[in-house]
Amino acid sequence: MRYAMAIDTRKCVGCSDCVVACQTENNVPIGYCRDWVVEIMAGTYPQLEIELRSERCNHCSNAPCVRCCPTGASHFEQGGIVTVTHKKCIGCGACIESCPYDARYSHPEGYVDKCTFCLHRVVDGQLPACVSVCPTKCMYFGDLDDPNSSVSNALKNRKYIVLAPEAGTQPQIYYLT
Amino acid sequence: MKEDLFVSGRMNPNIDPYLNIWHWQIPVYLFLGGLAAGLLFFAALYTILGKEKEMPTTVKWATFLVPFILILGLLALFIDLKHKLYFWQLYTTIRLESPMGWGAWVLMIITPISMVWVASYLKELIPSWDWKFDFLNKFEKWVIANRKGVAWVMIFYSVILGIYTGILLSAFNARPLWNTSLLGPLFLVSGMSTATALIMWMTKNEAERKLMSRIDLLLIGIELFFIVHLFMGFLASSAVQINAAQLFLGGQFTVSFWVFVIILGLLFPAGLEVLEMRGVHIPIVIPVVLILFGGLMFRFIMVEAGQITRYLY
Repeated sequence: MRYAMAIDTRKCVGCSDCVVACQTENNVPIGYCRDWVVEIMAGTYPQLEIELRSERCNHCSNAPCVRCCPTGASHFEQGGIVTVTHKKCIGCGACIESCPYDARYSHPEGYVDKCTFCLHRVVDGQLPACVSVCPTKCMYFGDLDDPNSSVSNALKNRKYIVLAPEAGTQPQIYYLT
Repeated sequence: MKEDLFVSGRMNPNIDPYLNIWHWQIPVYLFLGGLAAGLLFFAALYTILGKEKEMPTTVKWATFLVPFILILGLLALFIDLKHKLYFWQLYTTIRLESPMGWGAWVLMIITPISMVWVASYLKELIPSWDWKFDFLNKFEKWVIANRKGVAWVMIFYSVILGIYTGILLSAFNARPLWNTSLLGPLFLVSGMSTATALIMWMTKNEAERKLMSRIDLLLIGIELFFIVHLFMGFLASSAVQINAAQLFLGGQFTVSFWVFVIILGLLFPAGLEVLEMRGVHIPIVIPVVLILFGGLMFRFIMVEAGQITRYLY
């Protein structure tokens, strides 16, 4: 089982519902966010190209944050989801230094926090909060090892990229371009 | 034109606009750890070589500082933790792939060893010292009888202590400035250089000071060699490393690095030591303070600059 997300950047309108839904669902402290939307605009007016990307922790297969954690607080759950066990985290910040995507932050209560692919919803058979509120339905979440899942189908016929593949982390969020 | 901006707004404290999660506590510990590692390394080395009589400060008196240096370093690390009450979790597991885990365990081993080393020489400093407990007297006799064995253990762990901090930083592939295998050896040599400087300052034995001065010159030479290759490596690597090197070759850390670390911290004190060897009397405190200052500044600059460097996408 390999959980992954596919996000269609052509359908994203940059509404940031995914950001607000995540903050609500996961009680993210005010001033922090687990996911964010980036707009990349290239070209010269009027030939402008825009790409909108909703970014978060990529739950990498070769996660440097899991490797460098001295206590094992940062670990893999089912399907390769990377989570942090709060009461094992000492707040050393090594995992934050090791993430090329700046996906982690130091929670005011002391432990390190980040996107969890809403594991608490996924084990209940639901989708992550961000995926379920997206108004354009441009986000797909599921099991990559299942050839009939929505993620596998999304990746079948479209070109896609991952962020910073040269970092060697094998990220599991695929952006359909 | 290429414009890259946050539509949703993002300002995670200490993460945006650039990473700033490690503050002064980390460079202070890196400096103290390197210094302690160097002091223990030379104490063990000259014990193994059988030169305790010729190198009294190296083998004995300088090591008296080490337990305090290590405790101060550990205190700095503890202050840095953001989930302090759970620090003991570090010692519930051994994770071989985490250099920070190695560090936690090596410090756990080497701090008592340094205290034992100092304790075994306590009677030479304070002849009237009495351990009061029989098992402590027996332990002291055992350590003194097996000093070479203890020195071999100490030299092994002191090298790990001196090198693992560089390996720890170099294992973060997300920070291009640190992601070079040269960082471990560079930190080890720098730590040893600060240790030889401190020994030169403390000793009253002329021959010992001269020998430490020559070793220090060798270590400074190796350090400069490593730093040159560090930058050659960055400029021959991928775009993220080239960008990282630009911080030091025209960017915001150019002046502080080349003036405070290279010139004032390495080249100038090395020059003073060469003059001293040629007969010009230089008060030893000048090159020593410059070397210690340079070592500390090097770590402050590397920790701050490393967090600014990042992958580009």
